[in-house]
Amino acid sequence: MSFALRAEGLGKSFTLHLQGGITLPVLHGIDLSVAPGECVALAGPSGAGKSTLMRCLYGNYGAGSGRILLRHDDAVVDLAAADARLVRAVRRDTLGYVSQFLRVIPRVPAVEIVAEPLTARGIAREEALARAGALLARLNLPERLHRLPPATFSGGEQQRVNLARGFAPGYPVLLLDEPTASLDAANREVVIALIAEAKARGTAIIGIFHDVEVRDRVADRLFEVAPLAEVA
Amino acid sequence: MSNALLSARGLVLRFGRIAALDGVDLDIWPGEVVAIVGESGSGKTTLLRALSGLVRPEAGSVTYAGQDVLAMGEAARRDLMRREWGFVHQNPRDGLRMGVSAGGNIGERLMAVGARHYGNIRAEATAWLQRVEIDPDRLDALPRTFSGGMQQRLQIARTLVTRPRLVFMDEPTGGLDVSVQARLLDLIRALVAELGLAVLIVTHDIAAARLLAHRIVVMRHGRVVEEGLTDRVLDDPQHPYTQLLVASVLAA
Amino acid sequence: MTRDPGYNFAYLDESTKRMIRRAILKGVAIPGHQVPFGAREMPLPYGWGTGGIQVTAAVIGPADVLKVIDQGADDTTNAVSIRAFFRRVAGVATTERTAEATVIQTRHRIPERALTENQILVYQVPMPEPLFRLEARIAETKRMHALADYGLMHVKLYEDIARHGHIATSYNYPVMVNGRYLMSPSPIPAFDNPKMDRMPALQLFGAGREKRIYAVPPYTSVRSLDFEDHPFRPIRAPHACTLCGARDSYLDEVLTDDRGGRIFVCSDTDHCAERQASREAAE
Repeated sequence: MSFALRAEGLGKSFTLHLQGGITLPVLHGIDLSVAPGECVALAGPSGAGKSTLMRCLYGNYGAGSGRILLRHDDAVVDLAAADARLVRAVRRDTLGYVSQFLRVIPRVPAVEIVAEPLTARGIAREEALARAGALLARLNLPERLHRLPPATFSGGEQQRVNLARGFAPGYPVLLLDEPTASLDAANREVVIALIAEAKARGTAIIGIFHDVEVRDRVADRLFEVAPLAEVA
Repeated sequence: MSNALLSARGLVLRFGRIAALDGVDLDIWPGEVVAIVGESGSGKTTLLRALSGLVRPEAGSVTYAGQDVLAMGEAARRDLMRREWGFVHQNPRDGLRMGVSAGGNIGERLMAVGARHYGNIRAEATAWLQRVEIDPDRLDALPRTFSGGMQQRLQIARTLVTRPRLVFMDEPTGGLDVSVQARLLDLIRALVAELGLAVLIVTHDIAAARLLAHRIVVMRHGRVVEEGLTDRVLDDPQHPYTQLLVASVLAA
Repeated sequence: MTRDPGYNFAYLDESTKRMIRRAILKGVAIPGHQVPFGAREMPLPYGWGTGGIQVTAAVIGPADVLKVIDQGADDTTNAVSIRAFFRRVAGVATTERTAEATVIQTRHRIPERALTENQILVYQVPMPEPLFRLEARIAETKRMHALADYGLMHVKLYEDIARHGHIATSYNYPVMVNGRYLMSPSPIPAFDNPKMDRMPALQLFGAGREKRIYAVPPYTSVRSLDFEDHPFRPIRAPHACTLCGARDSYLDEVLTDDRGGRIFVCSDTDHCAERQASREAAE
């Protein structure tokens, strides 16, 4: 079966050198494959390592063992073994990530934050800004906020800027960490529609959805992340 | 894989018994921003100086765009410094001529590479003042009448006016107030992205490194102890020293 | 015109003159390049032309005719004293006529009359380094010369225009010699700079206190630095000489009373006298 992203034997532990070098194992032997157009929801109790898995898949955490295969630039690359420049290229062209919290860049207006990944892929500035503005409007972010830096925005407004930034480029693989956590019902519907449209375009999606209703409407299947026994 | 713009291999430099550089390898690719972090005395600034040819390492090689930097004559190195490279000093007084107007400071690099039309030089200097958010009315003012943040922005304009490919920055926000730092960092971030510069920035400010850099190099005792993608090094540090460094800063 | 037998010819001993000639030859071979030399103590204070005198002493011969001018004038103390000095120690003929002189030592002017291949012009130089006000480190100025790294000099001219609307340097205006070395022409008025370009006479420069000699061989290009849109312009006072009526010579402003009265006269006294004489002859 063709895959957009596949983790094989993925493991992750943290060694805390400042706490006497103790090692905390979090993930072990994860095998997960997502096909284009498929949405997989990570399930499991909190503390099971769902967020850690997401961060490993994005390359934010280095994988301790195993492989993370992605189709990128007409080839299959192993993100677990990729150097920094390849990870950057994969993130620019192939792999998107919507985190729970927007990392605010001082003085940069919301619409520029959303347009930035578009211009990074070579889209002309005017077009990028137009697309960014349209997406923010669809997410009901008032027009007057588009030209403001999101530092002073509410949590929900920041979340929508973050979502627009993640959805705008149309990445082949998209990681969503609690995308609807601080949204009202209307905006939750917009996100559900955006996910459906992305899937229809062939985007593979891996998400953490605490909102069970949202999860059931967007996910094709669940992937259980089980906590490792403390003794491991 | 495209070729690195600047490559260093096995750099060694000792000051007496202290190894400022103890076998350092480093590559920087076109358009890449690399931050060198580490505590004072870890060899960061020495590395910057060795890479830019300001000090000569005892061993190792530095290659820029296929040329052996250490074997280069003074004339060729200066030419590189004028055309292809830029250096932003921590103290703007080291990078500016304090007795020369803002316009003259920006114009100097243009004139050094042959610009001989006063009106064009002035127009370019005016445009750069605006780019670094200094009122163009200050074109003929002396830098000593500028605030510290303005001086640093002027130094950046003076450095970037000839569109270098590689810029070395040594603690560019070092001596500034926190509020001024944020504005300067954002300005650097925007200019670097717009001009597609490769930047090697020495900083002990982890937040600045996160904001600006694509990649981080962690130095300690003259060695690179950890190196990689900025967010991975900061969020999932592996080396005990990096963990200490990251744990020592407030949420960045 | 008898030489004082108590001195070697032209005051300096022969090996010192040879040393200075070697510096001069090197200077001629590298036009505009400052050559260090072992300047001797001379019987006059620094700043009165010790460098010029040593160069003159090294090149003058018994058959030469010496003219000395100070700010264009033959009759000022300095000029009179230096002529008397060489009459005494070298027994050479002296003159106030530019046309008759074979060696002309000058402070701050170039004669108005075009010089010939048979003449040598010796400049007294207080500060040979054109970059010295811009870069205080001597080692760095040497490096800048070695690498022809002269952007800084243009910064100075840029600053002039920015401050005054034009290049305000009116004397000691920097020149590029033979397209390679930046050179101080000594504190001559910028008005005189064009005379240096492709001059048939050999031009020698001596700086006694700074112990430097440099040279511009005959017919060498000497270009005043400028900008494309602010070209170099030789400037003179916009008047005619009160004495000879010249409208093309460099003028001195002379106060005639304490009520603000003033006249403009040629700074080159020989040139002015020659013009007055030919006017009288015509009348």
